[in-house]
Amino acid sequence: MTWEIEILLVEDNAHDAEMTIRALRKNNLANKLLHVKNGAEALDFLFAEGIYTDRHMENIPKIILLDLKMPKVNGIEVLQRIKGDERTKKIPVVVLTSSKEDPDIQTCYDLGVNGYVVKPVEFEEFHKAISELGLFWLIVNQPPV
Amino acid sequence: MVQQIEILLVEDSAEDTEMTVHALKRNNLANRLLVLKDGAAALDFLFGEGEYLGRNIKDVPKVILLDLKMPKVGGVEVLREIKGDERTQNIPVVMLTSSKEDPDILTCYDLGVNGYVVKPLDFDLFHKAIAELGLYWLIVNQPSQ
Repeated sequence: MTWEIEILLVEDNAHDAEMTIRALRKNNLANKLLHVKNGAEALDFLFAEGIYTDRHMENIPKIILLDLKMPKVNGIEVLQRIKGDERTKKIPVVVLTSSKEDPDIQTCYDLGVNGYVVKPVEFEEFHKAISELGLFWLIVNQPPV
Repeated sequence: MVQQIEILLVEDSAEDTEMTVHALKRNNLANRLLVLKDGAAALDFLFGEGEYLGRNIKDVPKVILLDLKMPKVGGVEVLREIKGDERTQNIPVVMLTSSKEDPDILTCYDLGVNGYVVKPLDFDLFHKAIAELGLYWLIVNQPSQ
């Protein structure tokens, strides 16, 4: 199994996931998207464990979109694992969060996050932000392959 | 005294600088832009040394656009200095390079670069890439302070 994924979306909120996927799809950016609903499954995917043991780890996504507030393993822990492991540290990670005041922003940059996006509350703004995020990370940016 | 800068563009090619500034201006993103022509000047600016002695280095740009091939101090060296110093490591840095085949891409991601952009040769594509880069890093992304 190759699992050639371009976007790994890690998001437990069904509404936010749907809006994110819709915005990416509108820009033809969601063809190779995998949506997982918690941090534990994201780590299983990235490190080819659990239900992903057959996956080739070297097929890395172009971008990981990582929600911060999640059950089981939260976003900070997932980021820490990704950026703390030689096999995954180069993968671009953008954190998606709901609050601008979040003290987590500093922590995330300290851990080596590539980008940090506060999800706009308003629908149009949310759509625009995700579209621009998608265009930069999937079209303009050159991933480490 | 320099006013607060949002974009630090470090680029020795006059032609690339002109095209980059033009694309940013068209999107109203170049109001607080500083262009420096080599890596040594960029480090002086960021660390408040040399010509920039006394600058408040806590005023960090939202993004640094860093050309890879430059005289004196090259882009990789500048990146190493930025990401290796606690005072500057959280500033988003996007490398700009002319070659997709560049072996430096993995070095840059290892050093903690935030993004890596291959400058398109075609004028329209160049313009589009810089516009999308600018929209993402100046509007969508939340910097660390």
